Amino acid sequence: MTLKIYIWAGLFGLALLSILSLFIGVIDLSLGDLWHDPAAFELLVISRFPRTAAALICGSSLAIAGAIMQMLVRNRFVEPMTTGTGPGAGLGILIVTIFFPAAPLIVKMVLASIAALCASLGFLAIVQRLPPTQPLLVPLVGLVYGGIIGAGVTFVAYQADLIQYISVWMNGEFSGVIQGRYELLWIAAAVALVTYFAADQFAIVGLGRTASINLGLNYTQAMLIGLVAISVVAALTVTTVGMIPFVGLVVPNIVSRLVGDHLRNTLPLIALMGALLTLASDIIGRVLRHPFEIPVGTVFGVIGTLLFLWLIFQRPRHE
Amino acid sequence: MISIQGVSHAIGDKRILNDVTTQIAQGGITALIGPNGAGKSTLLSLIARLEPLQTGRIHVDALEIGACSDQVLAQHLSILPQMADHTPRLTVKELVGFGRYPYNRGRPTAQDDAKVAQALGMFGLNLFADRTLDTLSGGQKQRAHIAMIFAQDTDYVLLDEPLNNLDIAAGRSLMKTLQRMCEDHRKTIVIVLHDINVASRYADQIIAMRDGSVITQGRPAEIVDSALVQDVFETDAPVVTVEGTNLVLM
Repeated sequence: MTLKIYIWAGLFGLALLSILSLFIGVIDLSLGDLWHDPAAFELLVISRFPRTAAALICGSSLAIAGAIMQMLVRNRFVEPMTTGTGPGAGLGILIVTIFFPAAPLIVKMVLASIAALCASLGFLAIVQRLPPTQPLLVPLVGLVYGGIIGAGVTFVAYQADLIQYISVWMNGEFSGVIQGRYELLWIAAAVALVTYFAADQFAIVGLGRTASINLGLNYTQAMLIGLVAISVVAALTVTTVGMIPFVGLVVPNIVSRLVGDHLRNTLPLIALMGALLTLASDIIGRVLRHPFEIPVGTVFGVIGTLLFLWLIFQRPRHE
Repeated sequence: MISIQGVSHAIGDKRILNDVTTQIAQGGITALIGPNGAGKSTLLSLIARLEPLQTGRIHVDALEIGACSDQVLAQHLSILPQMADHTPRLTVKELVGFGRYPYNRGRPTAQDDAKVAQALGMFGLNLFADRTLDTLSGGQKQRAHIAMIFAQDTDYVLLDEPLNNLDIAAGRSLMKTLQRMCEDHRKTIVIVLHDINVASRYADQIIAMRDGSVITQGRPAEIVDSALVQDVFETDAPVVTVEGTNLVLM
């Protein structure tokens, strides 16, 4: 069972990186300090643990959201952050910030999720009108669509003098994550976990509408469940750490190449690899120009692209 | 028995089906034939509840399309999806396993595994079981999809032009397999065919359609002749009989 080997290797790597992540940062922290220095323990609880947890949750839930979106749209080259869902979430928060600045955080999140869902539905409506013989049109149109919403966000923010404010969401990074400012991400983690129970439904949706109806699946309902999950994950990550592109695109593709698309078996590995690569990118971003930081999205872009290229140029398995 | 009563269908202003009333008997292969735009595929997709019924009623045995639950219907009637350009990276075994979804909702039992193994064996797919669909040829992929339908174990099986993109060997082998499914497993197969000669050779019943109406219905040996070809396809082609099969000469 290659899948089991990958999962055990992934878990081992994840444990190692998580420990490493707890002890790497601007302030020196060693295991020994924890025993006699209460400030060291505080640092761990307030900053290092939340940061590590945020990277793990964002990485895994964004990878899962990407895998689900690729099944729903039946195209390997899409992911929520570049195809409108992420910018849609940004637009949602912006509107709330302008019109209801005093609204509690949870209300902002709900509205951001709804805006992200509307943006995803819009993308789906466009995709269904594209010729199925041109699969590359889907990601291209997605980029244009996401770009238009993003431009709208920038324009509104400029008018409202909120450019500084939105740049936090547009460029995702974990340096701002501290205790008390990331906990909503646990909801994203829960949503990603719950999607596992619908894994078979998403895999069947990936076979197409006829196949889904043939197997007695409520196709529209499965689509909607998937889109809501994607939108909630996107909205929560965008508002807490900002947009992290590529995770949702690269990770599902790598896992698909390694062990296929049977989501019930592969979703755990997708989550694991998303968490692993995101945390690794964050750690590299922390140490490369120490004590300065490189945003996680930049590092991930480089690592993810290299891994992906390596996989593409490998020989196919059955030849 | 599939009974179709007063079914009409329109897409926008365009009438696709005009008050179609007919019955498809249990057992054997029934072929829907007719020129492009006759409404064959639309009728098939209405039976398979791929499109909502606009007027009329369709019953599959005691189940009424549109009124019965999708899951129950999926245990009685299946439709072969058309081959898409995009195939997920599933192994043949995983794909065939999805055929059991209407019964197990994703939690396969030992009985489901046995049905999957039987389907793989029946369609000669044991050697391909662990290969992914994207590494198979068109004919092999088609066979894997039909094996999925077979594992779904429904009394009624619908197929919409399954011979598209198959060479003559793959096409013949598919039609023979369908015959075997009817004879050995008492399936009722409804198939939309482009080529009247294939229908004439392999079908037990032909339903000939034109302009959204059923022109005639019967056994191929009895109804396939020059008059029918003139009537349905509006071309006067000679019809010859070879080994008991009426064939239309191109």
